[in-house]
Amino acid sequence: MNTERDYSRLLTQTFDTPMPYEWSVGVHGSRFFREIKTHQRFIGIRCPECGKVYVPPRRVCGPCFREMRELVVLPNQGTIRAYSIVNYPFIDPDTGQQRPIPYTYGYIQIEGADNIFSHIIDETDVANIEVGMKVRAVFKAAADMRGHMSDIVHFEILENAS
Amino acid sequence: MAQRVAIVGTGQTDHRSHRPDVSQREMIHEAVLRALADCRLSIGEIDAIVIGNMDHFESINYVDTWSVEGSGGVMKPIMKVTTGGTTGTSVAVAAYYHVASGLFDKVLAIGWEKNSESDTTAAIITCSDPIWDRFSYSGAIPSLATEASAYMKQYGATQEDAARVAVRDRNNALNNPHAHLRRPITVADVMSSPMLAYPIKLLDVCPRTDGACAVVFAAANIARKMCPRPAWIKACSVRHTYTWFGDSTDYTSGLVSLKRAAQEAFQTAGIRNPAEELDVAELYLPYTYAGLKWIEDLGFCGPGEGARFVADGHTDMNGKIPVNPSGGVISTNCIGATALLRVAEAAIQIMGKGGKRQVPDVRQALATGFGGCFWSDVMILSAHRP
Repeated sequence: MNTERDYSRLLTQTFDTPMPYEWSVGVHGSRFFREIKTHQRFIGIRCPECGKVYVPPRRVCGPCFREMRELVVLPNQGTIRAYSIVNYPFIDPDTGQQRPIPYTYGYIQIEGADNIFSHIIDETDVANIEVGMKVRAVFKAAADMRGHMSDIVHFEILENAS
Repeated sequence: MAQRVAIVGTGQTDHRSHRPDVSQREMIHEAVLRALADCRLSIGEIDAIVIGNMDHFESINYVDTWSVEGSGGVMKPIMKVTTGGTTGTSVAVAAYYHVASGLFDKVLAIGWEKNSESDTTAAIITCSDPIWDRFSYSGAIPSLATEASAYMKQYGATQEDAARVAVRDRNNALNNPHAHLRRPITVADVMSSPMLAYPIKLLDVCPRTDGACAVVFAAANIARKMCPRPAWIKACSVRHTYTWFGDSTDYTSGLVSLKRAAQEAFQTAGIRNPAEELDVAELYLPYTYAGLKWIEDLGFCGPGEGARFVADGHTDMNGKIPVNPSGGVISTNCIGATALLRVAEAAIQIMGKGGKRQVPDVRQALATGFGGCFWSDVMILSAHRP
């Protein structure tokens, strides 16, 4: 049996080499980022069967298993459905570096959408944030956009819920 | 169904935060030897193996191939099944399917993890969509925290209500010689532990553990030869929701995957009032708020009643439905093994082999798995052959 006392005797080996990947964003996803860049607006997509609107747009409605084609323009604002203020250190696999903390992870229901959009909310004081608050997207300057979720800098709180 | 199935043996390592004394396959081997000894089988008598762990955690894929000297899979039918946090219940369900099909009579299910070998949060983030979810996602804790914040808002539950779940599980772990964290804690300890992601504090959430678990599933006609009181599979159900994080939980109607899986399993097992008819539950509760909310989704109590149900002692060792006599996930979390440990511990309770953590006279036990994007597996075990 081991004990933690044995560390000096027992070796471990470290692997820290980057391994690059290249992921396809798809037709609707690419359009989503283009719309943000050229019009600073969100688009979603509607299921022909259940009528649900999804943002970001994707080809298939999971529950209906139906292809979606009808794109819809959505406002750049919504409601906080849930959130969490992240306050512990971890490695971001996107960068290989520690992600800056604290930051607030938010589940936002965009107006006119039926699903929930995950992004960052620019409020890290738990006293100032609540489920139900309205938020609005803040975009990067169009010239700095690169077809990435970080083209949306964060969501800012517009007003108190109650 | 071709044939009925029972669990006849279980084995697990003595779980620790770091096991630098064993390689991955050596750690797997420890659990397999204990499971075989428990039902007095040799590895030669095992017909097939299902093994699983978390992809990316140790940066080695094809565990089914490279671990054969540990699993005993040399020249046997062996396959890997991995579904995130539910991996442990998925290998159990797959082993059950193997035997139920009638094609195999004795099948070994193995789950394992060496959490110490990577940054667990970074590894978990790689399970999320790289284009849409990875940017803001920060591993298991904040997605659970979003659920907790929505639940608190809906029902007025408090951080102290949740802390009682950790106190229950961590104190139960004192009775389990295999558990990782074996120091008693109080509500005050939980409340004063560092805030990781509001409202989740350090002692609200599961640890990172090195460990393995193995469970032997056998056909009805031979089960009693290996085990005097086998744990019969009465029902099992699997429900997976979305892979989009924001879409995976309906915050107004609870953990839908667990609700649906439980409804189906309870119906198969003929259970109408789970809190009355089940004798014990080993639930995959990775954080304290799940111990309030998910017992509502399981129907142990009504919506919004979880905090009261726990505070009144109904889930304590001498309560109406004891939850997690083993200490649960909050005390031990070797992730690929975690859900299989729930199945193993539920089987141990049926077999009457629980020692100090045994609940008296268990006839019907519930095990659950949780993972992925709020995915759920449910298994109901019985002392009586269905």
